[in-house]
Amino acid sequence: MVIEGRVYRFGDDVDTDQIVPGRYLELVRPEDIALHVMEGADPGFSARFVPGSVIVAGRNFGCGSSREHAPIGLRAAGVSCVVAESFGRIFYRNAINVGLPILKCDRIRSAVAEGDTVIVDLAAGTVSVPKRQEVLQGERPSDRVIRLLECGGLVNYVRERIGSGEAKPVPVE
Amino acid sequence: MHALEKILANASGQAVVEAGQTVSARVDLAEVNDLYLQVLISFREMGAEKVWDPSRVVFAMDHYAPAPTIKSAANQKVMREFCASHGIEHFFDINSGVCHQIMVEAGLVRPGMVIVETDSHTTTLGALGAFGTGCGATDMAGILATGEMWMRVPEVIRVTYEGSVPEGVMGKDLALYTLGQLGTEIAGYKAIEYSGEAVLNLPLADKMTLCNMAVEMGAKTSYIQPTPDVLEYVRARTGQEPRPVFTDPDFRYHEEHRMWIEGMEPQVACPSRVDNVYGVTQVEGERVDQAVIGTCAGGRLEDLEVAARILAGKRVNKNCRLIVVPASTEILRRAIDLGYVQSLIDAGAVLASPGCGPCLGAHQGVLAAGERCISASSRNFPGRMGSNQAEIFIASPATVAASAIEGRVADPRKNL
Ligand code: SF4
Repeated sequence: MVIEGRVYRFGDDVDTDQIVPGRYLELVRPEDIALHVMEGADPGFSARFVPGSVIVAGRNFGCGSSREHAPIGLRAAGVSCVVAESFGRIFYRNAINVGLPILKCDRIRSAVAEGDTVIVDLAAGTVSVPKRQEVLQGERPSDRVIRLLECGGLVNYVRERIGSGEAKPVPVE
Repeated sequence: MHALEKILANASGQAVVEAGQTVSARVDLAEVNDLYLQVLISFREMGAEKVWDPSRVVFAMDHYAPAPTIKSAANQKVMREFCASHGIEHFFDINSGVCHQIMVEAGLVRPGMVIVETDSHTTTLGALGAFGTGCGATDMAGILATGEMWMRVPEVIRVTYEGSVPEGVMGKDLALYTLGQLGTEIAGYKAIEYSGEAVLNLPLADKMTLCNMAVEMGAKTSYIQPTPDVLEYVRARTGQEPRPVFTDPDFRYHEEHRMWIEGMEPQVACPSRVDNVYGVTQVEGERVDQAVIGTCAGGRLEDLEVAARILAGKRVNKNCRLIVVPASTEILRRAIDLGYVQSLIDAGAVLASPGCGPCLGAHQGVLAAGERCISASSRNFPGRMGSNQAEIFIASPATVAASAIEGRVADPRKNL
């Protein structure tokens, strides 16, 4: 999977309350959640965001609450990939489960600026920044994670398994 | 092996497991709360028809208790119907309390179990020697369909407390102090075990608060070796002989941290990070407009007792409001019998229904822009309890009670 997009950049410790504030947790439809995505960190975000773009962040992106609304909202808003220096554990799992491409990559936050274009090669775990002629090596996701993302998430994966009589969710950590 | 590893080995049918290995664990108990209708949506989308074992599934209507909006009411309605049609045995409606508390009170939690809930603070259950961990909605749908969840066996970090717990200091203060020392990332994908005489001697309520806050350090799960009083509690609640799991003496911890707590002050996490922690004497005097005592990290009977003791015969400051949210209806009932509720209300507190209350900014006391709140709950992220421009201090129930009297952050030791 190769993803190219414009960068929206965030800092460290953007928790899931900032990604989708608690007052919107009653929402269920992805397109409704998408309208409020990143509202806690940047209130104008969803109006400004150009679908297909990439979110770049510092350490511990998605820490805090287990709410799957966070990756669901990001994906529904058209975020094509999230690249951060590290992730909250449950968010990382949830992102893969809902089919939101995600990559852990050291130093990414200082290596790109808001508005840069990046090319993320998920299978290789790399992020290239053409403007700076730089390629950063991130943590290559396991084959299992790639397969899950290619399926579009855990739902599709389990559906196939249940269909074939072998009901087993997939490891994603 | 560590006790947590033995629990996962047992749950995955293996003799030995080790950190880093991925296992498929049989889940002993799975809990869904009322925030996550998505669980049922994913469950249906997966093509699943039946819940793997209705006797091992719990639903709790706790985050919206009672429903504040038409949407949340509609979500709860679908869950009630699902539980009725799937024969779910453990359904806790809006008259129950916070999931992490009510499942323990109902005798559903025993040492050695693997318990997964759609809530990050499931780490709380480590206080009873269980492997408790949080997951998202789609992971939970997979569990409901198959009874299993894949997970990576976590490395275990041990935090040992040395010295004795000073007067006026609670489990919450130990949790905040530890966060201040170790930060929010120390335990990502890992487990934290709390040890040392000081911790083992804490009441179960404080142990639960300590394990609860482990997730703020990124932990997947946490653990305190069950002591005889905890086992007695489990025996009384479950009617069964608990079978605690023990760590082998030759187990090597991934990291060891020691905390010297003799002479420690009550602690306060300042806006807007849970690891932005100072001793109360450095924060004293900061204005607060609202105070919250309650939730799964500060609404147990012991918490209400200390708050009632501090507030008895006093008044909440006229520039501040105090909201009290018992963690469960059982706690509320006992707090009424013991006179705590009377003291709190006489002092000017308002009582909210048992549950999550204003902790997640959905109802029962959300904050306006520019307002400041001191809370015994677990998180002070921007926007957590309402406006992004509100600020939250996190402290022990004792510190929150003392602060409510002054309308400013205050040292509870003066009131004890
Ligand atoms: S009380 Fe707060 S932290 Fe606890 S489960 Fe409810 S929302 Fe989460």
